Amino acid sequence: MPDFLLEIGCEEIPARMIDAASRDLRERVGALLSRERLAGGEVTYFDTPRRLAVIAAGIAAAQADVIEQVNGPSVSVAYKDGQPTPAAHAFAKKAGVDVAQLERVTTPKGEYLAAKITKKGRSAAEILAELLPKELASIYWPKNMYWRKPNERFVRPVRWLVAMLDGETIPLEFEGIRAGKSSRGHRILSDGPVTIAHASSVYVDCLRAAKVLGRSERELQIRKALDATTRTIPGARWREDKALLDTVVNLTEFPSVILGGFDPQFLALPEEVLVTVMRDHQKYFAVEDANGKLAPHFLAVLNTDRDPQGLIRHGNERVLRARFNDARFFWQTDQKKSLLERSDSLKHVTFQKDLGSYFDKTLRVQRLCSWLSEILKQSGFAVRPGVIHKAACLAKTDLTTELVKEFTELQGIVGGLYARAQQLDESLPEATRFAIADAIYDHYKPESTDDDVPRSMEGAVLSVGDKADTIAGMFALGLVPSGSKDPFALRRQANAIVKVIAEKKLPLRLSDLMRDARAGYQRSEAEVKFVASEKYSESVATFFRERLEFYLRDVHGYAYDVVKAVLGADAEDVVDAVQRAEAVKQVLHLPEFQAIGAACKRMRNILKQAEEKGITAAAKFEDLPESAQEEKNLAAYVEVNGPKVETLRAKREYGDALRLLSTARGPVDAFFDKVMIMVEDAKLRANRLALLRTLLKEFSTIADFSEIVTEGKP
Amino acid sequence: MAAPSVTIIDYPSDANPTVHPAKPNPLTFQELILRLQTFWAERGCVLQQPYDVEVGAGTMAPETFLRVLGPKAYKVAYVQPSRRPADGRYGENPNRLFKHMQLQVILKPPPENVQELYLESLGAIGIDLRQHDIKFEEDNWEAPTLSAWGVGWQVMLDGLEITQFTYFQQCGGVDLFPISVELTYGLERIGAFLQDVDSIYDIVWARDPETGSLVKYGDVRLADELQFSVYNFEAADVEKSWEHFRLYEAECQKLLEEIRVNLDSLKAGGGTVSVSVAMADGGQAAMARVLRGPILAAYDLCLKCSHLFNILDARGAISVTERVGVIARVRALAVGIAKAWVDQQKADPASENSDEPAPAREKKPKATKEILSPVG
Repeated sequence: MPDFLLEIGCEEIPARMIDAASRDLRERVGALLSRERLAGGEVTYFDTPRRLAVIAAGIAAAQADVIEQVNGPSVSVAYKDGQPTPAAHAFAKKAGVDVAQLERVTTPKGEYLAAKITKKGRSAAEILAELLPKELASIYWPKNMYWRKPNERFVRPVRWLVAMLDGETIPLEFEGIRAGKSSRGHRILSDGPVTIAHASSVYVDCLRAAKVLGRSERELQIRKALDATTRTIPGARWREDKALLDTVVNLTEFPSVILGGFDPQFLALPEEVLVTVMRDHQKYFAVEDANGKLAPHFLAVLNTDRDPQGLIRHGNERVLRARFNDARFFWQTDQKKSLLERSDSLKHVTFQKDLGSYFDKTLRVQRLCSWLSEILKQSGFAVRPGVIHKAACLAKTDLTTELVKEFTELQGIVGGLYARAQQLDESLPEATRFAIADAIYDHYKPESTDDDVPRSMEGAVLSVGDKADTIAGMFALGLVPSGSKDPFALRRQANAIVKVIAEKKLPLRLSDLMRDARAGYQRSEAEVKFVASEKYSESVATFFRERLEFYLRDVHGYAYDVVKAVLGADAEDVVDAVQRAEAVKQVLHLPEFQAIGAACKRMRNILKQAEEKGITAAAKFEDLPESAQEEKNLAAYVEVNGPKVETLRAKREYGDALRLLSTARGPVDAFFDKVMIMVEDAKLRANRLALLRTLLKEFSTIADFSEIVTEGKP
Repeated sequence: MAAPSVTIIDYPSDANPTVHPAKPNPLTFQELILRLQTFWAERGCVLQQPYDVEVGAGTMAPETFLRVLGPKAYKVAYVQPSRRPADGRYGENPNRLFKHMQLQVILKPPPENVQELYLESLGAIGIDLRQHDIKFEEDNWEAPTLSAWGVGWQVMLDGLEITQFTYFQQCGGVDLFPISVELTYGLERIGAFLQDVDSIYDIVWARDPETGSLVKYGDVRLADELQFSVYNFEAADVEKSWEHFRLYEAECQKLLEEIRVNLDSLKAGGGTVSVSVAMADGGQAAMARVLRGPILAAYDLCLKCSHLFNILDARGAISVTERVGVIARVRALAVGIAKAWVDQQKADPASENSDEPAPAREKKPKATKEILSPVG
């Protein structure tokens, strides 16, 4: 049971890709071992920016032999007068056995000769050498390259390979590199190649000696060093940042941490700007003091073990100083021209090549937002249309500022900061001015499903209006996201719209929103390039339905069938959909609803079949003399309870509505038990179909229960 | 598990003047250039001189843009002043320049130890990597106006980006084979780092060995930063710049059309290299016309257009609707030039690799089928 090691040595793999590729490789190797009947113990991994490695402990040295039965000629052909014929001899020869060893098997076609053949298992080394290259070539990379031959692709050039079974090399070749036992240590901290003695955990020890650590060790080492380093400043804490930590873990093979500082007068700049420079541009951790305020320090993670002369710290401080000086210079320059004065410059900033400038967009968003605030006001929401109007007018002006040109990720935030710092319109009370600034500050939010929605209702309206305008323009141009292609991040923006509507409980129907958003482009130059409005509505509806599905499933965790059922009834009103999903989830496990789900499926199928056969239902159920008692009972039940359910539904008391619906189980079951629907009598049949149609409609106003996955069925 | 190594350095020890990274006599700016040039010359590079038409990056010089096309191996290094009108700051910003200098190295095809070679070159300019922190961070280069892209890294030294390291994949819309590696050293940044100064203008450019007197970057370059910022942002005549753009573009297109006609007629005459030997005089004349085709001149005209576009952009004279279109016009020229260049190289009988076929996909022999098929 040898241990198996595979290490693919590579020039620096992008940090963002390492974790997924490592998982991919590990799964591929695991699957290969199982498929080839070689699997043994645990499959562990080891990855750094310069290598992906997999260690599979105790795999089979070779496949087990397999005995296969092979059928030959029929007995009647193989034997004449009890003597084997040439056919029997030929078969025995082909199978590599004596004629005497041949067996007889009975098949539906008669009695046949059969041979048992032992298929020798192949050695692990042979199989791995043959099949691993294909697996390596199949690792998924978001972006790859070629360096030798155009059809050989990998994330970066492969420079070495280690493939071993215990102490032996596997004769493996990939992209022109032959596998051996020679790996490499840390670029700077180790000398020369590292010979791997054995394919077990010895590998990890060899690399540790060459100053290369695995992922979890690096993470631990960085965390400990961040803690220890921060402790040198009394009361200070480093700001936890998982994404940043993952990045620096995957930028290093042997990490350490230094503490640097900057001139406290830079703290006069907004914290958002300082943190962005440190985190996004320099990959530094920010440090805060005992009060949670930003401290004039930073923590840099190095890919080396020490900084004995302080040169590294000095260099990093120098870079940060230059960056902060730039930011301060931009901040000061930007103040020379207020946001109000910048509106006109938006004419020179492209929004999208066919959809015009950000100036055009601003006018459309203002219009859309005033429509939105009107709707909210009518529904009794406290919104300030004046704040929204002004915020929409200024929201994009920060795109012309030097600070945003330099730090694009601060768009919106910079606008909000400038709006606060500048007096805007002095005739406005301070509270209004701050409300405008906050709405601008928040209007890109939420940037992900984890991000918060805008704080104020005005910010929420601006966020929705801005995004709806973008999606409308792109969809009208036919630029619909497909598969992995979503260059304008329209999915993210639609997710944000859904989240804002849900969390702010906005009374908006998605199709109305998107219809009005498209109307904003009327009489623009882009309109000639637009798709027909039916096609637009259809693609927007499908798109938002998927987003809403995503929101209910991935953010709220509702089961797939609950979401399908709820959206089957209506996929327009986000807030309502969330409420219905919650109500359905509460009752779904009850036996009554399992039964109702089954009944709904049955009703839907019957109605569908009838329609296919051209059998029409009566306009309305009538109490006919020949009607069965169960039929009459059910009709009576619907007549009494239908309006009650409808009243509860209209009040959005879905829990009560569903509890009432659950009482339908008795009459429904009785009906299906006793009453045949597709009877010969046309009148009776049409009447029963009418009852089913009414019933199904009553059931489906809250959720389409025929979508519910009933127990025992997939 | 090994005990984590924790480096703790008290802050603010930087106030302590005894800790200072700069050696007493760090390299001057010109020594930095000389050392890098010597390093790469010793490794087989042709030392070219800066290209004398305005370019926005070393990549745009023909020594890169054209040389990376086609099959011929090539190694070259040169300093390239790179002009980016919109980046000008009137000489007021200590970190930003209208014209900065790149040391450009092209290695075609890339040697297997190219990263090690690069790190060695840092040693040649006095950077002891054991005293510093070096990282290769993903950065994929792309130049839409040249229809060119590659993948690679920005090389970070103590948190400072000092080099762009790129494996070219496509240039002028042409898939490259073999590929080239491009190393672009940011000379001002490296100079400021080595000399530990906060402003580019304080970099010592030259030190008189006799008198010890210093000439600084500002002494050499401040005036053109100021004056070109004035020109690019204020004084450039928009109408005339547009007119220049159109004239250069038209001439470039005309040259390209003629070059294309000659290439096509050579192809129509069956003028591949092997056949050309047997060709009649008419064929040789056609070949001569192809080889005389002034693609390099057409490329200069294309560079002029690119620079004029940048000036007009800095002037704020390009409207939203125009912008994408103008970029596409420059790209069309670049793509046409790249294609013509590749065809011209192929046609040239003197070109040693001119008829080297594209690499075929390797085919594996099919495994012979089992004779006996198992039951079931």
